[in-house]
Amino acid sequence: MTLLYFLIMALLTAGAFVAARRRAVAVAGGHQAALHSRPNHHGYLAAFAVLLPMLAIFSFGMPFVERAAKSAAFATMPAEITADVLKRAVATRDIENFATGKFAGEAPRAVKEAAAALTSTRENGRATVFGLGLLTAAAGFLLVRGRITLAFRARNRFEAVVRIILIACAAIAVLTTIGIVFSVLFETFRFFFDPSLKGRPTVSEFLFGTEWNPQAAMRADQGDIRTAFGFLPLLTGTLLITLIAMLVAGPLGLFSAIYLAEYAGPRVRGAAKPVLEILAGIPTVVLGFFAALTVAPLVRAAGERMGLDVASESALAAGLVMGMMIIPFISSLADDVINAVPQSLRDGAYALGSTKSETIRRVVLPAALPGIVSAFMLAVSRAVGETMIVVMAAGLAAKLSFNPLDAVTTITVQIKTILVGDQEFDSAKTLAAFALGFVLFFVTLVLNVIALQIVRRYREQYD
Amino acid sequence: MSDAVITQEPARSAAVQSRAKVVARDVNVHYGDKHALQQVAIDVPEKAVTAFIGPSGCGKSTFLRCINRMNDTIPICRVTGHIEVDGRDIYDPEIDVVQLRARVGMVFQKPNPFPKSIYENVAYGPRLHGLASTKAELDAVVEDALRRASLWNEVNDRLDQPGTGLSGGQQQRLCIARAIAVNPEIILMDEPCSALDPIATARIEELIDELIENFTIIIVTHSMQQAARVSQRTAFFHMGRLVEEGPTEQIFSNPKDRRTQDYITGRFG
Repeated sequence: MTLLYFLIMALLTAGAFVAARRRAVAVAGGHQAALHSRPNHHGYLAAFAVLLPMLAIFSFGMPFVERAAKSAAFATMPAEITADVLKRAVATRDIENFATGKFAGEAPRAVKEAAAALTSTRENGRATVFGLGLLTAAAGFLLVRGRITLAFRARNRFEAVVRIILIACAAIAVLTTIGIVFSVLFETFRFFFDPSLKGRPTVSEFLFGTEWNPQAAMRADQGDIRTAFGFLPLLTGTLLITLIAMLVAGPLGLFSAIYLAEYAGPRVRGAAKPVLEILAGIPTVVLGFFAALTVAPLVRAAGERMGLDVASESALAAGLVMGMMIIPFISSLADDVINAVPQSLRDGAYALGSTKSETIRRVVLPAALPGIVSAFMLAVSRAVGETMIVVMAAGLAAKLSFNPLDAVTTITVQIKTILVGDQEFDSAKTLAAFALGFVLFFVTLVLNVIALQIVRRYREQYD
Repeated sequence: MSDAVITQEPARSAAVQSRAKVVARDVNVHYGDKHALQQVAIDVPEKAVTAFIGPSGCGKSTFLRCINRMNDTIPICRVTGHIEVDGRDIYDPEIDVVQLRARVGMVFQKPNPFPKSIYENVAYGPRLHGLASTKAELDAVVEDALRRASLWNEVNDRLDQPGTGLSGGQQQRLCIARAIAVNPEIILMDEPCSALDPIATARIEELIDELIENFTIIIVTHSMQQAARVSQRTAFFHMGRLVEEGPTEQIFSNPKDRRTQDYITGRFG
């Protein structure tokens, strides 16, 4: 049914294009230049006049039909069932199952009647949507076709339609972002201020507490588990791993970018760039088990040989591998900005007797600095938000420590730990994930804003 | 036009008799398969202005860039032949190209100040080559270079502002100051006024007149009037060859070669 609708929609759209195009050619009567708009514009406009109303009828009509079908079904049921939330849910499932022939055993009479009402209303409703769709399509097409004359400004109207479609796409992306922010914000607010929530921390306990233990006693006999939502150990863990990752990726990424942009010949560049891009394409879960199974034991073994006490899961191992993950990110962005520095600046430096490295150090890099800084900032926000590598290689111990050889945990790891498994959304533990998510979002947002500001501030420097 | 040429001051013409600063023989340049410059031979006199003229793509800029080996930075470019500065072959493997470029400065077609302050732009070269050991000395070098580029009076109160914020003509004089600050012997100018308006151009030309007290200048220009105004000797390039070279008055009033005559009378180019 749905498939058929979309099939017809596609056919009608294509048909409208062809028909309107033909009509426009016929109206022009051999003098195509006499038309204000090209025949294709008339065609596109007619196609949109068919496609858009059909889409709109479907996407608004179908949910409406479902609601009507459900209320028709409940109208046959006694009020005591429809009034109770739980009973209502059970009945809905039964009716739905019976209607689709999946009901196990003999169904009660009430269910059968309700299912019959549901099915008939639904079928009638869908037929109506179908018919309305075809009707609007025909109306839309005839409206456009009737207006095709030499002077009809199909081109301008088509441009207006395109503009509206593009605005809609942009609006969806923006609204989604806003929606996510508000949902996180709302739950975060509940976490801190909902009076019915047991064990919720105050804002200052959360921001400045040094102990993180989101587990709470489920039942009275489990004894007194101390719940603590001190967020500092997670922050230090995140910052420690990010710092290690940047210490690895910053120099390696930047220097490889300088090599690729300034020293490498076209052949080396052509070979090295794709390899770097492959590194960027490795899924982080693969990097994660590489970190946990290969790098972490290596770090531990190396530490033992030097007489150091290294945890089997360490911030160092996770940070090193995360650094590897970020290298292509930094090197490819930095490569772009270095390439964007005008050749005339290099020529100017060479003509004053600079060597290659002096030119790069004193002229090219300062000119590219804003871009490089923003590459670093974006890399940092990626490191802060990275989850999989840390989950696998850094451990779960929330420890307020700056020792890279310790096991630490990060904000992202805790969000994942809290939300894996069965959840109840009225517990402080679950809502803590939203608070963490909000902080994470805030941190990366601030970093991105700083990066943007730096870029904007220095962008006009050359040319 | 040629009237103006003939009235070149005789004093300048006398200077032309001085010794050759740059001597080139059998210079050939290839860009990949393209033979861009063929068998060029010329003597460039010291402390005078030599102008290279000719239609676009004739090889004049290519030859200019051979004199400070800027062509080295282009991978597909190959230079053969012999170019001497003060009697030393500059393509000798013993020659350090960095030191050569400190002696042979260059000013480009489009002003290309570094995205740094005016002060830093001028101080760049002296810092690089250790020409000043204290801040006071460096200040003096910068001031001197800016004065000699006749820019000091316009910028002395805003040395810390970006060089890219100046007007086009000021930027080009800043680039000249930047080149002068290294104290070169030769300054190569590759169409230094082609991006500038007539007033800024006039100032640069005045400046060139002052600079020949101390420097040997080679200027590539598209403007024959400019060549006539500022140079003592002129070389005409055509299709990768040096067609004719001689005192500017003679090139413009009495050229020996038919192609030179056609070019300066505007019959082609």
